[in-house]
Amino acid sequence: MSPRPVGEIVAACEEIFEDLSFAKAREWKAAVPGRKVIGYMPVYVPREIVHAAGMLPLGILGGGADMEVIHGDAFYQSYICRIPRSTIEMAINGKLDFVDGMMFPSICDVIRNLSGIWKLLFKEKYVRYFDAPQNFREEVGGVFYANEMRELRDGLAKLGGREVTDDDIRRSIAVYNENRRWVNRVYDFRADFPWKAPSAEVYLLMRAGMVLPPEEHTLLMREYLAAAEAANRAMRDNCRVVLTGTFCEQPPLNLIKSLEMSGCYIVDDDLMLVSRWLLEDVPTEGDPIGNLSRAFLLHSAETAAKYEPDIARKGSYLIDSVRKRKADGVIFAAPSFCDPALLDKPMIISRIEPLGIPYIHIQYAENSSQMQPIREQSGTFADTIKLWSAS
Amino acid sequence: MSRQEVVKSNSHMVQKEMITRNYDRITGGTAKVSSTFVPGNLNELLMCFDIANNLPEINAIQNAMRKKSGEMIAEAERSGHSEDVCTYVKADIGMMAKGNIAPNGKPFPDPDVLLLSYTGCFTFMKWFELLREQYKCPTVMLHVPYAADGLPTKNMRDYIVKQLKEDVIPVLEKVSGVKFDIDRLREYLRKSAIAENDLVWMLESSKRRPSPVDCYFGGVYYMGPIFTAFRGTDECIEYYRLLRAEIEERIAKGLCAQSPDGDMPEENYRLVVEGPPNWTSFRDFWRMFSEAGAVVVASSYTKVGGVYDYDGFRHDPGHPLESLADYCLGVYTNRNLPTRVDMLARNLVEYEADGLLINSIKSCNSFSAGQLVMMREIEKITGKPGAFIETDLVDPRYFSAANVKNRLESYFQMIDQKRRAGGSAAAAGA
Repeated sequence: MSPRPVGEIVAACEEIFEDLSFAKAREWKAAVPGRKVIGYMPVYVPREIVHAAGMLPLGILGGGADMEVIHGDAFYQSYICRIPRSTIEMAINGKLDFVDGMMFPSICDVIRNLSGIWKLLFKEKYVRYFDAPQNFREEVGGVFYANEMRELRDGLAKLGGREVTDDDIRRSIAVYNENRRWVNRVYDFRADFPWKAPSAEVYLLMRAGMVLPPEEHTLLMREYLAAAEAANRAMRDNCRVVLTGTFCEQPPLNLIKSLEMSGCYIVDDDLMLVSRWLLEDVPTEGDPIGNLSRAFLLHSAETAAKYEPDIARKGSYLIDSVRKRKADGVIFAAPSFCDPALLDKPMIISRIEPLGIPYIHIQYAENSSQMQPIREQSGTFADTIKLWSAS
Repeated sequence: MSRQEVVKSNSHMVQKEMITRNYDRITGGTAKVSSTFVPGNLNELLMCFDIANNLPEINAIQNAMRKKSGEMIAEAERSGHSEDVCTYVKADIGMMAKGNIAPNGKPFPDPDVLLLSYTGCFTFMKWFELLREQYKCPTVMLHVPYAADGLPTKNMRDYIVKQLKEDVIPVLEKVSGVKFDIDRLREYLRKSAIAENDLVWMLESSKRRPSPVDCYFGGVYYMGPIFTAFRGTDECIEYYRLLRAEIEERIAKGLCAQSPDGDMPEENYRLVVEGPPNWTSFRDFWRMFSEAGAVVVASSYTKVGGVYDYDGFRHDPGHPLESLADYCLGVYTNRNLPTRVDMLARNLVEYEADGLLINSIKSCNSFSAGQLVMMREIEKITGKPGAFIETDLVDPRYFSAANVKNRLESYFQMIDQKRRAGGSAAAAGA
């Protein structure tokens, strides 16, 4: 079979992205009797444990730009972000009826309370609020976190009706190490050749990874990289920006496209943070839960959902990213009503401002439809950067 | 009597003096000062190091009640903070920008330590990161996991105890220069438990008809000493003894709860309220209830600092650090929604309330996210009507008196209709 061209691969990813009935995940479940699917919300959950239990970790990232929210608005007041209401909408409409359990990571008070709503509404389902430590000492936060993972393992073992062994987890760690390596390769490639790997495409590719089994997603990324490298695409005179603050409720795809159309190549972002949370390979020898715990404590992404014990390191991830990706500026983009991202922003700005890194701020909801103001803002930003660069 | 003049009981005056004294201690320049939070606070532990306890939420409330928070929030927004985020945080940031003046008129000193003990609210973490930017003082984190399955687990408790032993106590020792003495902590906890018994007696006194107390608007005052800088002290014990004696006297005289304008002449409605009150128009808000003869017989807000009545928690000198851990874990908003539903539904039944009113706060997701579902569940369980109003904590832009009054009047009419239809037996029997 001849390799698919890049457009075909992206079209397949877009189909997965637009399918709010999660046909791919349903197919996976139906293929073998007894299979189970565990949904999880952004930002980070240890998918390795779910995978080791023989289950499909399914990323639930809201209803997107086009889904009409009717029931969900009866669950949340107007001043609460959109992701919980569209997630509830999907659950009530039966779009998540095949999902056997849900995991809610510790991001913020809204997602925390959403776990309780799930318990009230879907009493027969497995629900796990997954707390991660804010204490990063191995003998303190590490012990707590490892025990939380053991509880998760045992809960899933009970749900699945079979033991989850250390070897199962080690194998899954290897699968996700491989997946993460390819995620990073795609990100590196985009940073090096942003005209060959537009961010809207990379986003769709990473979104597919929320639905597909990791092994399949890895193959897809390999295929995409080969096709993108081979494609002949023209380089634009765009500036290079890092997009940050988008770790939970996702911006509409059109927003990503609009930023690029207005003259900004996104060379790094914090979308789909779960795929890039662990910054190094997790060892596959020894105690697998201990290894996952240490990876979280010592080598995980910095984000507004995590406490930074060292004031001097606050914002360093963004500065490192700007330097590593040779970015010209930063776009802070946060969903409306997002306490973690919006409260973090002034602190991060205070770190990049003295370094002369230009930035702008935009706010969005997953269903924002008016892109013209954003395009004008980012276009002006891009023009300004180009003018500064020229002077 | 002028409507602006507020009736104050003896206990109220005593508490006012206590709070003033604490502000004098904080601003006096002799004691080391810790900023920390109300929910699940570690007051007894701080006392072991002679550290004064400053609570930014209380400062924001004080400024709101003095009509100062609006300009402070505007100041924070001018400096780059979003309109969307917690207004307690912005009131605090704005207060700093405007000279950081305490309610006693003296400038707050920079804290010697930020004790980031956040319970039931994720935003607290960002708040203290922001304060750390300003003060650049030692910041010690006590991470309290969310009791998502309703009950604290051994893993959670062990994690907190370990943090206390290995992180919190060593930092407090270093900041204060005082060596930790666990027997001193035990003694404070013993005193806490005594005051807590009287606090629970007060909360449960509203089961009577008429209720001698209002457990929301009045409750805000009654809970002051136990949730701030006084738990574990003799004066806290004395305060609750005094309060108890006052309430006993009210019961003996058959008095209704107090309102801003004196004793309510009659008790027409008995409500359970979920969510914090609005602080910028606190007395106007209270009068909307008291003028209709509505008394709040139980509220979740009186459990925001810690829950003592639901499952009988008391600080335990026999297990000091474990007891502090359980206290932190048991704070109302650190409990999952099914537990909150159960707690409120039980209140509705046990306190023979007519219904549940939710005051949904724009800038407090910890309370607000999920309240609509809670209301529906509680209506289902109890058959009693719920109602929903929306205000804010300390941002005056989000208190619409006309809207709130309109909704409350409609709600009282709904309760009346329900009574006529025989749907609220308890109230009908009143």
